[in-house]
Parts: sequence; structure tokens; C-alpha cells
Amino acid sequence: MPETIDKVLHLILEKHQEQLLEKWVASQLHSGEFRSDLVREDELREQCASFVALFVKCFSQKPDTDVTDDVWAPMAALLTDIAKRRTNQGFTPSETATFVFSLKRPLFHLIKEQSQTDAQVTERLWEISLVLDKLGLFTTEVYLATREDVIARQREEMFELSCPVVQLWEGVLGLPIIGTLDSKRTQVVMESLLESLSSTQSDIAIIDITGVPVVDTLTAQHLIRTVSAAQLMGARCIISGIRPQIAQTMVHLGVSLGDVVTKSTMAAAIKYAFEFQGLEVNAKDNKYIGR
Amino acid sequence: MDRIPILHVGALLLVTIQVDMHDQLATNLQEDLTLRVSETHAKGVLIDISALDIVDSYIARVVGNIAQMSRILDAHTVLVGMRPPVAMTLVEMGVSLDGVSTALNVDKGILLLNKKIDD
Amino acid sequence: MLGAEYVCIKTEDDLLLVRNCVRQLAASLGFGVLDATRVMTAAVELGRNTLIHGEGGHMQAAIIMQRNTKGIRLDFEDTGPGIPDIDLALTDGYTSKNGMGLGLGGAKRLVNELTIVPLAPRGVRVRAISWLDRN
Repeated sequence: MPETIDKVLHLILEKHQEQLLEKWVASQLHSGEFRSDLVREDELREQCASFVALFVKCFSQKPDTDVTDDVWAPMAALLTDIAKRRTNQGFTPSETATFVFSLKRPLFHLIKEQSQTDAQVTERLWEISLVLDKLGLFTTEVYLATREDVIARQREEMFELSCPVVQLWEGVLGLPIIGTLDSKRTQVVMESLLESLSSTQSDIAIIDITGVPVVDTLTAQHLIRTVSAAQLMGARCIISGIRPQIAQTMVHLGVSLGDVVTKSTMAAAIKYAFEFQGLEVNAKDNKYIGR
Repeated sequence: MDRIPILHVGALLLVTIQVDMHDQLATNLQEDLTLRVSETHAKGVLIDISALDIVDSYIARVVGNIAQMSRILDAHTVLVGMRPPVAMTLVEMGVSLDGVSTALNVDKGILLLNKKIDD
Repeated sequence: MLGAEYVCIKTEDDLLLVRNCVRQLAASLGFGVLDATRVMTAAVELGRNTLIHGEGGHMQAAIIMQRNTKGIRLDFEDTGPGIPDIDLALTDGYTSKNGMGLGLGGAKRLVNELTIVPLAPRGVRVRAISWLDRN
């Protein structure tokens, strides 16, 4: 690869920029792979025009393959925008990468027409190919990053959905936990429970772990800590819904809940909470009893 | 300011810590409170720490000491308004405030103290 | 290193400066309330350790970056008699002076990393690191 910039190649690119754009747009529109259901023609034309303009500009400044360089930053920004938009429009990552790769055909034609010798053609094709490949792969990376964002956001939302802090009665909060409690999740859940205790000034919180399949040492430790922290704040935590298998595993593992108040069911815990608050639940009329 | 004001209400002493608690202030509070408990024959001490965004082991120890000294002088101590992150941090550090009762707010703290005094 | 702060620890009042310095760093990095409380509390514990056991010294606080995660690094240096048995000092309940015996051991649990290095000819450096994303 030549160290010096191939000036002729840049002149060719600049001179035939318009023609290149027209050919590229036309080839895409008629390729059979054009998704007219997903993108409008004018939008495609606009994207192509920006891409070609930036490509010619950046390539003439730095025909390097390092697209993360500052010179290529506007191009990276454009591709990020295009890739994100296409992801939302429903394009597959291959289709988005193909958008970049499809420039090769009209571009190679142009180079072949305008070059003098075969050696020149090979060299120029190689050089341009390297850059276009990088740019195509870059769109795939953007696609992946976009997906990861979506996954992370969904996970956050599931977090919040799966462990709502609910008010069961005045001064009594409930926290039904469903699913496996990993360290991070426990921490988030417990933090929000303590905040809720404080903001609602509730005296008692019931943590119900009926929906938790496994309680390991670390989870137990988090539970105990939360109970102790609630106590320091002047509130009380009860743990309910410990299943027999879990009780067995906990004893086998040597996991101790210390002197935390535990109740077998949520109902028993609510009863305890009511008693603690000096409340009593009575049947209004005993005609329903025994039915 | 190097002293925290102590309010005398009925049979109770109320302390609201609203400033950055530094060590000298904590030590002074400890002395002042024990003195006031014996002077006023107060039956209860209520310490409001809702304004503190951190409580380290030193301040925790001072509060523990106040509770123990007050107990000897026949007064109960209730600590109110500890913020959730502060509580979690103290637990993680391994600080236990033995002998100190807690309540969510001043109202509940006064109720708790009156109940303890009646018992 | 993305920024550094230097705080002298000579009197108890300096611990307030330590706390405020760490509070600002935690806020600038976007620490949550709980994580900020943890690192601030740890800083005060370590600062007090420097003051009482190290006969005074200083704290150097810095924002650091590792594998795309930002963190706060706190270096407490003193010129005191040093710590004869570092493992023992990190044990819960161990105290050489009248404390709760939770200073170093307690602080260790509030941060991600805590290391103690003896300095020549006197003193120790206690380094605590707290990452923005703890998990």
C-alpha cells in the first residue's frame, strides 16, 4: 500500500462524484433487494448523497483504514445515524451493511474506466475496498450496540416491573419478589424498599419470597442487611413465603436468617403486621362462617 | 457553633442534629445531654438525625454512648429519621446500635418513648 | 487520571473537607445516593484512621478510568508509626485505640478495593477504590 496519497484517485472521485451517486442510487433501486416497504426513495437518495460526499471528502484527507480516526468522525456519525434509523425501520444488519457494500460496484466500474494500467486498478480497488469493508462492518457494530441498549433497557424495566413495592395497608408495605435474586437485583430491590419505607413512613414491610426459587448465602445476607437497615430507620421487616425446599437448602448451606421474623405465608405476615399495629380483622356477620 | 441545642419538652429532651456533625460537636453533645438528663430528670431522649447524610462509626458510637449513659440515669433514648442509605451503610460496615431504639419520625419517636416510660 | 484533589488531614475539622471533597467527586461521576453514602462514609472512616493512628497526613482523591468504568480512588497517606499487622488491622473488632474496631474493616466493605501499603521510612498508604458500577 502506498504511503503517499494517490492524488489521481482523489481527482477521479471528486470529478465523477455526481455520476457515481446516480449510478449507486439507480443500482440500489433496481437491485431487487431494495426495500421500498421500509424506506422511501428520497430518503435513500439523501442518505446516499451524504455518504458519497463524506466518503470522497474523508478519503481524500486520509485514505487510512482507521475509521475511528478524527477525520472519519463525521462519517462515523452519519453511519451511526443511518444504522440506527434502519434498525428502527426494520432492516436486518446484513441489509444495512449491504447498503455500504453496494457502493463497490459503481465505484469499481468508475476506477476501472479511469485508470491507465491493471496494476493501478488493483491497487486502487484494494485500497478503497479496505475502507468500505470497515465502514460496512461499522454499521453492524452500531446495530449491535443499539440492540444491547434495547436489551439493557428492557432488563431495567423488567426489574422494576417484577418487584413493585405495594402498600397493603396504612403503614404496611408489601414486596413480592418473583424470580432469581442475583446480587445486583437484590440490591436495587432492597434499596427501593427502604426508600419506600422512608417516603411513606410505613412501620412494617413484608418481603414475600414465594416466587424465589433459590436463596443462596449472598441473597440471605442481603435480606438480613435490609432487615437490619429497616430496623435502624425505625421500621420492621418480615420475610414470608419461604418454601420448605428453600428452608432445607438454607439449613444445609448453613445460611442463617439471624433473628429475622419469618412467616410461612403472606397471609400470616399480614396478620402479624396487623397485630403489631393493634389492628384486628373481624367478620361483620357470622352468617358467612361455615359456608 | 460548637453546641447543638437541646429542647426540653415535658419529660423529654429533643435534639435535632442539623449541622455537619464533627467529632468535637458529637463529644460536646454527649456531655451536654447526660448533664441535662440528670438536671431535668428527663425520662426520654429523642435524637433526630434526618438531616445527616452520613453517619460514621464515630458518631454511631457517640449515639450508643448517649443511650447507655441515659439508661443509667433512668432515661430511654430513641433515634429517629435515619435515612435509608445511611442505615444500609451502617449495616454494611457492621455497626450495630445496641440499646438504641429507633423510630421513623419525631411523632412516632415520642409515642415510642411515652410507651417505654409507661412500661 | 481525570482529575485530582488534595486534602490535608491535621485536625478533626479536616474530616469535613474530606467528606465534602468525596461528595463532590461522587456527584460529578453520577454515583447513586447509596453508593455516594458508602464512599463518603468510607472516606471519613479512613480519614479518621489517618488522623488518630497515623498522626495526621493527607488524602489524595482522583477520578480514574478502567475498562470503560469510572471510579473514585482515595489515597490516604500518613507518617505515623505504621500498621504492624495489616491483616489483623482489617479484622473486625480489632482496635488499637478506643474505637468500635470497625474503621478499616468497615471501610473495606463499603468500597470495591482496599489496600494498605507501608511507606518508607514511616507511615502507610491506604488506598480505597470505588467503581461507578460496583457489580
